[in-house]
Amino acid sequence: MAQVMMKDLNKKYDEVHAVKDVNLHIRDKEFVVLVGPSGCGKSTTLRMVAGLEEITGGEITIGDRIVNDLPPKDRDIAMVFQNYALYPHMTVYDNMAFGLKMRKFPKPEIAKRVQEAAEILGIQELLKRKPRQLSGGQRQRVAVGRAIVRHPQVFLFDEPLSNLDAKLRVQMRVELKRLHDRLETTAIYVTHDQVEAMTLGDRVVVMKDGWIQQVGEPLELYSKPANRFVAGFIGSPAMNFMEVAVAEANGALWLDTTGLRVKVPAPLAGRLGAYKGQRITLGIRPEDLHMATSNDPADYSFDAIVEVVEPLGSEILLDVKVGQSVIVARVDPTVRAKLNDKLRLALHPERVRIFDNKTELAI
Amino acid sequence: MKNPIAGGAGSAARVEVALPHSGAVRRRAFERLLENERLLAFALLTPTVVLLGAFIAYPFVMGVWFSLSDISVGQPAHFVGLKNFVKAWNDSIFRTAFWNTTVYTFWATIFKLALGMWLAIILNRHFRGKRLVRASMLLPFIIPTVLSTFAWRWMFDPTFSVLNWTLYKMGVIVTKLPFLSNGDWALWCAIAVNTWRGMPFFAITLLAGLQTINTDLHEAASLDGANGWKRFWHVTWPLLKPVTVVVVVFSIIQTFSDFQLIYVLTGGGPANSTHLLATYAYQIGVATGLLGEGAAISLFMLPVLFLVVWAQLRYLRKLEGA
Amino acid sequence: MVIERRWKKWVFFYIPLTVFVVGTLFPFYWMTVTAIRPDAELYRSWRAVNNAPFWTLHPTFEHFRDLLAKTTFPRWLLNTFYIAVASTAISLLCGLLAGYALARLRFPMAGALGTSIFVTYLVPPTLLFIPLADIIRDFQLGNTPWALILTYPTFLIPFCTWLLMGYFKTIPKELEECARIDGATRVGAMTRIIFPIAVPGILSAGIFAFTLSWNEFIYALIFLSSPERKTVPVGVVSELIRGDIYFWGQLMAGALLGSIPVALVYSFFVEYYVTGLTGSVKG
Repeated sequence: MAQVMMKDLNKKYDEVHAVKDVNLHIRDKEFVVLVGPSGCGKSTTLRMVAGLEEITGGEITIGDRIVNDLPPKDRDIAMVFQNYALYPHMTVYDNMAFGLKMRKFPKPEIAKRVQEAAEILGIQELLKRKPRQLSGGQRQRVAVGRAIVRHPQVFLFDEPLSNLDAKLRVQMRVELKRLHDRLETTAIYVTHDQVEAMTLGDRVVVMKDGWIQQVGEPLELYSKPANRFVAGFIGSPAMNFMEVAVAEANGALWLDTTGLRVKVPAPLAGRLGAYKGQRITLGIRPEDLHMATSNDPADYSFDAIVEVVEPLGSEILLDVKVGQSVIVARVDPTVRAKLNDKLRLALHPERVRIFDNKTELAI
Repeated sequence: MKNPIAGGAGSAARVEVALPHSGAVRRRAFERLLENERLLAFALLTPTVVLLGAFIAYPFVMGVWFSLSDISVGQPAHFVGLKNFVKAWNDSIFRTAFWNTTVYTFWATIFKLALGMWLAIILNRHFRGKRLVRASMLLPFIIPTVLSTFAWRWMFDPTFSVLNWTLYKMGVIVTKLPFLSNGDWALWCAIAVNTWRGMPFFAITLLAGLQTINTDLHEAASLDGANGWKRFWHVTWPLLKPVTVVVVVFSIIQTFSDFQLIYVLTGGGPANSTHLLATYAYQIGVATGLLGEGAAISLFMLPVLFLVVWAQLRYLRKLEGA
Repeated sequence: MVIERRWKKWVFFYIPLTVFVVGTLFPFYWMTVTAIRPDAELYRSWRAVNNAPFWTLHPTFEHFRDLLAKTTFPRWLLNTFYIAVASTAISLLCGLLAGYALARLRFPMAGALGTSIFVTYLVPPTLLFIPLADIIRDFQLGNTPWALILTYPTFLIPFCTWLLMGYFKTIPKELEECARIDGATRVGAMTRIIFPIAVPGILSAGIFAFTLSWNEFIYALIFLSSPERKTVPVGVVSELIRGDIYFWGQLMAGALLGSIPVALVYSFFVEYYVTGLTGSVKG
């Protein structure tokens, strides 16, 4: 019910510059996920929005108020923590009612809202228990319930699913998504798990070393990564990278390295002109490789030797050696491949990504 | 905070009435100040710093000033330099007291450590009534030292000593042992009582340390063919060392600065032969009223205490670094 | 389990344990026996025939009666009790606030302040009693309970701070962050969330501080002069010995009664006391 704006946001600790010039406009009702490896500044950014960290430079606006100097309690936000942070000395009911009590809501209103939230999350039976009598999944629900009773302007989530086991995590992910669709409250969600980011976010913000790398809708990040880091971070298994030389032959540009020689597809050729004779990085997603058939033009296929076979049921991951490098290919489960087999793989020319070696930016 | 908090489905229920009531406004402003991390820290630490400053730092400085002056009860102070220290150093009773303090601390600490370790190892086993035994073992440490020392003094009584009676009946001795009437005996009696009182502290803290040691380690070591003593020396002791160092430091400080035990048991006698630094400082500074000289005598404790504390801080830093 | 022979268990376990138990508890037994023996039995030559010092044939409560009726002993008990309670309360309050600040808040000099509080923990009262007596006089506190209520915290606060700081560090800081987002001030989060969770730590520190105050001697000896204002340890030393004569029956009765309150408190909270004791050195 409010937008969140971050303008030139910076955070410096004594030695560390944790967040650098972050500019981000989160629209009303939007679900935005901050994702990145640990130490990338995503949690610090979230904690600055919450008011738990002082802002070194820049400005944060929630709704239409600049909140830089507001203590957390006056920012009208709610936060769900990784370890749930349930008050151990209070019952589930009191945990959920705490925020409302602090804001001096009348008792019947508190009871009504707690009931409402408990119903949404299916925890009516647990209201009289203490947190230590709950399972991990139940604690998670209580933590979410405590956030939603307040009807805050913004939800903040700090890796809320990381402490759950894999199965529960998937289930809670779906529930969170459904919850957001129902409540339509602006949400900022921090995670290191790109799958969570992709499935939950309306938009995803990829961060690294305090910088924002790219902001975009999940599929946009996947298909048009702005740089090599985003390309490698989004998607599982990760994108394959190979260093190649750009060479001209027979009136066309070629990407060339030992064991591999592919023609530059027409749309890219224009942009690659300047790199003639230089080395660049070629990125191919495992799912963009397949077993070559007679239909595949020779310009886009190459030989590979199988090093590892990982059958996953719905697909097979092959670690194959191409020239000096080892890359992963995701192939059809019908493929019968054995160790040391020699295969011919083909790629989708229009899905290949290329990156500048120095700036690592997409070309 | 005057901003009415915007929006929200339940904002109708939010009664935020900002009445211009001066008391409320002032409280708000105060609350606001305490939201600042540094100001809050300052506010929270003030009572402690004031109390410790007034009753530890200030007296300490005063004590140093006293020791450099000729102040006595009812007499103003004049600066006399190191005269008090020199005088104390040339005083044979002081030297005896200093030596006694060293002997007392050294042996009492060794006994407490050895017996405490032994008791801790015994208590680390499972047996019926363990909790009760452990609880009762701490009694000497709980009961006010002065009161329990009286019981010991009565047990060492020159005429009615129960210890003499027992030894006599057992045929060990034929004449009374001069527990407190002989200077050498008296100091060893004090060491014994100090050991009796302080040993539980060692035992219980070392026991707590022992309980954190994984029993798998012992089993692994005994599979490797280590016998009881070797297991202790190579497995238990290295893991117990950090706790032991801290406990020993505490004990040294308390024993070195001990007062009440000697005050009650011997009063420094016979013939000033069992004074410790603290009791002698009391006799000169309070009983005789020579505040300057008394302060100088107690300041002689400082270098030793300083050394011990410094060594401990260094050791702790090293542990944290590792 | 490591298997051992029976004789070994006797030699290395039962016998030493028995010796420890007897050695530790005998003085208390002796205290009790002395307190209930008539004087006629107490002062008998050690070589007298029929002398059976380990028990009494004529138990009597006359020493207790004399102690309670003819001396100000009950007053001493009362004094000791409220001085111990008051100084423990002050120390706990200061220790809670300071411990919280040191464990949780970021501010300049935090490390130095923490170290200096730890160092004051190690300054023994016997180093300071001479100048402190002068200061107490200057503050007009001499011979009042306040002299002790204000000085006992000097050795209790560092300990309480140290112990509680360690306890606070075990409480996830997200709890108070969440409370602050939920609408609590920093102070509110501290008092409503952190302090209630720290109750076991507070109890440990409190019990330990109480026994230490009950035990204190030298300040009480020097700062108090009127007999009716003294604490039990000082009263027993200075009032129950007349001249050079020790009335052992009465002394032991006093020692026994003076020990009972603190022993009772201890026995109810043994586990907390042990936590406090072991925490006092580990922090």
